[in-house]
Amino acid sequence: MKKGVAVYLHVHQPYRVRPYSIFDIGESHNYFDVFDDTDVNDEKILLKVADKSYRPMISLLRTLLDKHEDFRVSLSISGDFIDQAERWAPDLIDGFKELFDTGRVEFVAETYHHSLAFFFSRSEFEAQVDMQRNKVKELFGVTPRAFRNTELAYNDEVAKWADDAGYKVILAEGWDKVLGWQSPNYLYRPANTENIKLLLKNYKLSDDMAFRFGDTNWSEFPLTSDKYIEWVRASIGDGQIANLFMDFETFGEHQWEDKGIFSFFEQFVGDWIGHGNAFYTVSEAAENLDSAGEISMPDTVTWADTERDLTAWLGNSMQQEAARHLYALEKDVMRSNDTELIRDWRYLQTSDHLYYMCTKWMNDGDIHAYFSPYDSPYNAFLYYMNAIRDVRLRVMQHHRLGGVYGHENIAREEAYGV
Amino acid sequence: MKILMLGWELPPHNSGGLGVACYHMSKALSIAGASIDFVLPYRADHPGVDFMKIHHATELKPDLKAHMGSYDSNWVFERYLENATNPNSLRGIQRRYVDFIEDIAPELRPDVIHAHDWLTMEAGVRAKELTGAPLVVHVHATEFDRSGEHYGNPIVHEIEQNALLMADRIIAVSQLTKNIIVREYGIPEELVEVVHNAVNMDDFGPYEYDTRSYRYLEALKYEGYTVVSVLTRFTIQKGLTHFMKAAARACEKYDRFVFLFAGDGELRDELIQLSAEYGISDKVYFTGFVRGKQWRDVYSISDIFVMSSVSEPFGLTALEAAHHGAALILSKQSGVGEVLNSSLKYDFWDTDTLADQMLGIALSPALATELRNNVRNEYARLSWDDIAKNCMGIYRRTRKVALV
Repeated sequence: MKKGVAVYLHVHQPYRVRPYSIFDIGESHNYFDVFDDTDVNDEKILLKVADKSYRPMISLLRTLLDKHEDFRVSLSISGDFIDQAERWAPDLIDGFKELFDTGRVEFVAETYHHSLAFFFSRSEFEAQVDMQRNKVKELFGVTPRAFRNTELAYNDEVAKWADDAGYKVILAEGWDKVLGWQSPNYLYRPANTENIKLLLKNYKLSDDMAFRFGDTNWSEFPLTSDKYIEWVRASIGDGQIANLFMDFETFGEHQWEDKGIFSFFEQFVGDWIGHGNAFYTVSEAAENLDSAGEISMPDTVTWADTERDLTAWLGNSMQQEAARHLYALEKDVMRSNDTELIRDWRYLQTSDHLYYMCTKWMNDGDIHAYFSPYDSPYNAFLYYMNAIRDVRLRVMQHHRLGGVYGHENIAREEAYGV
Repeated sequence: MKILMLGWELPPHNSGGLGVACYHMSKALSIAGASIDFVLPYRADHPGVDFMKIHHATELKPDLKAHMGSYDSNWVFERYLENATNPNSLRGIQRRYVDFIEDIAPELRPDVIHAHDWLTMEAGVRAKELTGAPLVVHVHATEFDRSGEHYGNPIVHEIEQNALLMADRIIAVSQLTKNIIVREYGIPEELVEVVHNAVNMDDFGPYEYDTRSYRYLEALKYEGYTVVSVLTRFTIQKGLTHFMKAAARACEKYDRFVFLFAGDGELRDELIQLSAEYGISDKVYFTGFVRGKQWRDVYSISDIFVMSSVSEPFGLTALEAAHHGAALILSKQSGVGEVLNSSLKYDFWDTDTLADQMLGIALSPALATELRNNVRNEYARLSWDDIAKNCMGIYRRTRKVALV
């Protein structure tokens, strides 16, 4: 068996909540669209990242697939991204279609809205995975066989669910503290499952590319293909595979073109194949490799921060409150059958909203600041909660209940559903 | 290091933050090894001040400080500056202060002169002329701040301008103040250092909140009301009319608010009038000037503390409020915001945003809790000892340059 690498890239853009004030509640149900030049202008950001990352990387992947018969890559594309691309940059969808048409690109399933629904509502979670699968089928003509939960949020229960749902493989973070002596460079079987396999992210190698590549203070800067291949080989050792999981936007957005990220990746792919090694899609890896044993992760592990848990999204009380109020609306939103209301409520589920409310200033603070369009996590919370209140008002109006009938007084909201 | 420190007030005879800052800074400097001669314009006892020598420039009683007002705005200055021939007018006291410095400065032979704000700046310049020691001018507020972003009193402005030009080094209490010094007074950026203030609650003595001072407000709190407070002098600098407007705006959406106006000042009547005009006078409480326990209880009863200043060089009260467990909303024109990330911020004129933020906190216990808890780590990091070390470094560097 050849030494293998599985590259998995995640494509996502959220709908960001605009500075939505308490005075907008009941006046405007537009939580997301702005037409100014601020950092919450989703169209502006999508077009910027399209130029810096999506278009050049799609084009590079296309070149690599044409040039190297053995090149493989796996992608997951969030529904939020697809919605935005269809609206503002449909050529990106065509670009991804062409990649899938080569037959050597695998589509990985996830929740449509890049949400943490699994941890709040199983019915909503399943609905979103279905939505994503249907959308992918409609656009790309494939039905995913691999699954990843939002932010690689994984535990035994997620694996059990994916197994029952018929997925062949699931992705997770290969975090030392959970793995102990076990290496992430093997295929595993999740605890208490029948058929599904587990692939673990090699975070050291992934982060070399995704986080450290362009850091001029890094002792290994600049990273060359030769050096990286040496590291990959050394890391795999007697193992089977190195899983390089990262954001698609690593290429051109997190790591800039002028630092050479595209040419590095091109060189690496060519050299790796040239040395007689293999690339796998995640499902190919699951089919072709032998399982090295069982792994159990009772506690949730994610791919974020030094803690690798959900605290970046649900660590403080604002985040917990926001999520609680959001999911408390599920039943009443769903039974309204109001498609716009349901759609808005679902866009508010995107995990990025909670991420922007993170107050972990120390250590990870910088990364959060980098990825947030707001000047403070408190503002992120304020705008978000106002949007939630408007959703609640719409629910009350739809079902003709709550103090809102007779009084335009949000104080009454507390009497309802909270 | 021998320092001639020129101040205008010290606790307990202070009318605001300047005296508090001078007290803590001097104490920390003396611990750091400095020997300090501190000059005041009045004579009074300052119990507990045994770490420096206090000099009294006049025999006046500190009660007069109400008339000497180190902070008051243009309106008051005009009344007290006019009468320069009267030795008990503000200008007259300043003259006597300079005379006193002329007497003692040569004998004291200081290594550095450290002058606080415009009231002592002329004396600082004079001391420099007489002793040749370098002059450090510490800017806690400029005339630009006091007059609410107008040019202010031309005499005061000129005194500041002259001293800032004569200073060997300038200390600004925030980046905001530094920007004003550079922009409005044309001082080169590299001459101005930013040294933020700190808060030291240990010095305020034992305290336990017992809910007695503001019983009616406590009763309302029990009913679910949110108490929003300001604690300040009611001058144009403080932006209170904007705050009142935001209060009314917030009440349009949610009626369980109480607004506590602690303090006093020339705008008091206008504010009362305004609260009636907006129809929220029932929700607005004026305490008058508060001290001691009543003063600390204002912070303790507050769910939200607002600093609404049009131009606030630093804003010590925000740190005090944070210490007593209030969530903070600060105007972006307040320097203290530079050291407190865990606060909500708005432009002083943006009443809708302020209303939105007050409502946000009132309606969300989680937001209130996070703001309250997280800000503790931030103000606790600020220490007068670090400030003293910083000042000692500035003295040394300034002396070196002056000797060359």
